[in-house]
Amino acid sequence: MAREMMYADAIATAIIEEMQRDPNVIFYGQNMAMTERDPMLKKFGKQRVRIAPISETAEIGIGVGAAMTGLRPIVELWMSEFMLVAFDQVINEAPRLRYMSGGQVSVPLVLKAGYGFCAGWAGQHSNCVYHTMMGIPGLKVVVPSTPADAKGLMAAAIRDNNPVVYLHSYMLTLDKGEVPDGEYVVPLGVADIKRAGTDVTIVAVGWMVKKAMAAADRLAAEGINAEVVDPRTLAPLDVPTIVDSVKKTGRVVLVDQAPRHSSAAAVIAGEIAEHAADLRTLRLVTALDAPNPYSEPLENYVVPNEDKIVDAVKSVMAHEAVAA
Amino acid sequence: MPRKTAGKSLTRKARTGSDQLQWMYTQMVRIREFEEAVKRTFIEHPGVIRGHSHLGDGAEASIVGALSTRHDADIVMPSYRCHGYPVVLGTPLRKIMAEVFGRRDGLCHGFGGSMHLSDPSRYFPGTSGIIGQAIAHATGAALTAQVKNSGQIVYCFFGDGASKQGAFFESLNMAAVWKLPIVYVLENNQYQAYTHFSLEDANAVAGDPLSKKADAFSIPGVTVDGTDPVAVQKVVAKAADRARAGKGPSLVETKFYRLSAHGNVITVPPLSTQFPDHEAVAVYGNRKEFEHWKAKDPVKRFRARLLKNRALTEPSAKRIEAAARAEVEDAVQFALASPLPAPEEALQYVYA
Ligand SMILES: Cc1ncc(C[n+]2csc(CCOP(=O)(O)OP(=O)(O)O)c2C)c(N)n1
Ligand SMILES: [Mg+2]
Repeated sequence: MAREMMYADAIATAIIEEMQRDPNVIFYGQNMAMTERDPMLKKFGKQRVRIAPISETAEIGIGVGAAMTGLRPIVELWMSEFMLVAFDQVINEAPRLRYMSGGQVSVPLVLKAGYGFCAGWAGQHSNCVYHTMMGIPGLKVVVPSTPADAKGLMAAAIRDNNPVVYLHSYMLTLDKGEVPDGEYVVPLGVADIKRAGTDVTIVAVGWMVKKAMAAADRLAAEGINAEVVDPRTLAPLDVPTIVDSVKKTGRVVLVDQAPRHSSAAAVIAGEIAEHAADLRTLRLVTALDAPNPYSEPLENYVVPNEDKIVDAVKSVMAHEAVAA
Repeated sequence: MPRKTAGKSLTRKARTGSDQLQWMYTQMVRIREFEEAVKRTFIEHPGVIRGHSHLGDGAEASIVGALSTRHDADIVMPSYRCHGYPVVLGTPLRKIMAEVFGRRDGLCHGFGGSMHLSDPSRYFPGTSGIIGQAIAHATGAALTAQVKNSGQIVYCFFGDGASKQGAFFESLNMAAVWKLPIVYVLENNQYQAYTHFSLEDANAVAGDPLSKKADAFSIPGVTVDGTDPVAVQKVVAKAADRARAGKGPSLVETKFYRLSAHGNVITVPPLSTQFPDHEAVAVYGNRKEFEHWKAKDPVKRFRARLLKNRALTEPSAKRIEAAARAEVEDAVQFALASPLPAPEEALQYVYA
């Protein structure tokens, strides 16, 4: 059974179901569980659901320590950039402790944050910071693009024995989709072909999957049959699925909301270059090299959109595809 | 063209007696009128203000009382809730409003918006939207003043919520060790977004004022009624004197109440957004608390007091209020008429 649900509700559902399943899962963060009427507080009590002050270093560091000693914390960070305040904990503590202990301890921690709110939030609240995280061995990075994935990936993140940065797109918050009822776990490290096609592969991340799907519809009307691949998790990254698609189509456009050199797209392009040697042509569609500006025309100019994806696909279509 | 703003004469600081009280009242009214106009814009011109805007209504006495002790070249570093400070520093309201509207004639040409005003020509270098981090920046500005021996001091404003950040504790410790010329104004408006401060502050939980944090750094810490600009002035003046004398930082907790909600409703475009009810009502169902503090509205209270003390007459109060309204209305019209930046301008200012 499945039901239609908003992306944000799908995430909340997974958290509730996992907290019901495992008493070691705790959930805390700023500006949550403020009153006794809070539904999470009512369900799970104030030992397991807590409000935290604006203290990201301690919020995340306490999560690391609790995870090392038997709990499975989910820390609500709200906006992904607030994690930067505690980047030592995210990058240099949580993912390293297991390794340095020779595998004796593990850090089952979920850092939940929204990213990329391109809605006039200006330079410090709308950017994408996953690139730095996806290259850290020991750290997993999840970027769901649909309500169903949002639920299944959150369940997997909570069950995972490693620190997982769970990044949901603020732009998708209210989007609706079918979400399976009950236990639904999407394994980390498995990409999803969101739309099958033969002419060109579009690899897109998070909110950009939605844009790529819309672009693919437009291209289909013009006779171009695009395959849209959603990595779903940036670490681990499902290179084989992406490479197989590119081998089939011979053309690839990578779409990413981050600036070019801090995009996941640039990393994926490297994998494609090495593993899909018969690739004819590749294009990146990323944010321009600027922080997010406040004013609407400026922000629209910097961030990738459907038109830019369509143009990039048309430009790679000008190249001969590889003979299979 | 709309009329020229009256910014200059309105912001000139009178230093003594009823002149100064009138100056204070004028600034408080200008801030209030500005914030009311921003709030109205969400209803009258939906979509014109993007993202998240935060108002300083309720903070007027704290802002103006503190800045009334400022000398001409002293530096001001507020938090992201920053509209009120440049109003007092004499930045044309047109430029502030145009920035909030994302227009090319805005203070930051539409790149910063409501959270990131900046007017270095008036000793207001800028703000951070990442809570607490600007406390360190302000401390750095005080380091500049000390190294250059410029005689300037820094007024650092930040919220009760920000006082839980590592940057707060680390900065105050360094400022105390280095005896930096800075006054830390902890604006306790009793809420951190949707959270009442009693839910997250160790001093508050123990029944102590937040200024107790100063003890950790062995510097003076004082709590003052932040709805009374004269009381704020007195306490901040002492802290400023200490900073000017090279004796180092102080912490002043100004306790008041934010009168609007934290910000406009957060939503995904193209859905439009307005200011919701205050959190006391919307989150905690505590209308009594809200009404209690509304009755202590610093602007209204100060007006009544000045009339009673005869520092102000009813006609002159009305003149001040009408002038502020006209100045703000002019700013709104100017901002609406100002062009949006052209898309390609987005790649400017990335590097120096
Ligand atoms: C590091 C960081 N964490 C969280 C936030 C989200 N946030 C924005 S405003 C705010 C509340 C700030 O409260 P306070 O410091 O009391 O200032 P006030 O809004 O009351 O002026 C929070 C938590 C942020 N901007 N930065
Ligand atoms: Mg506050």
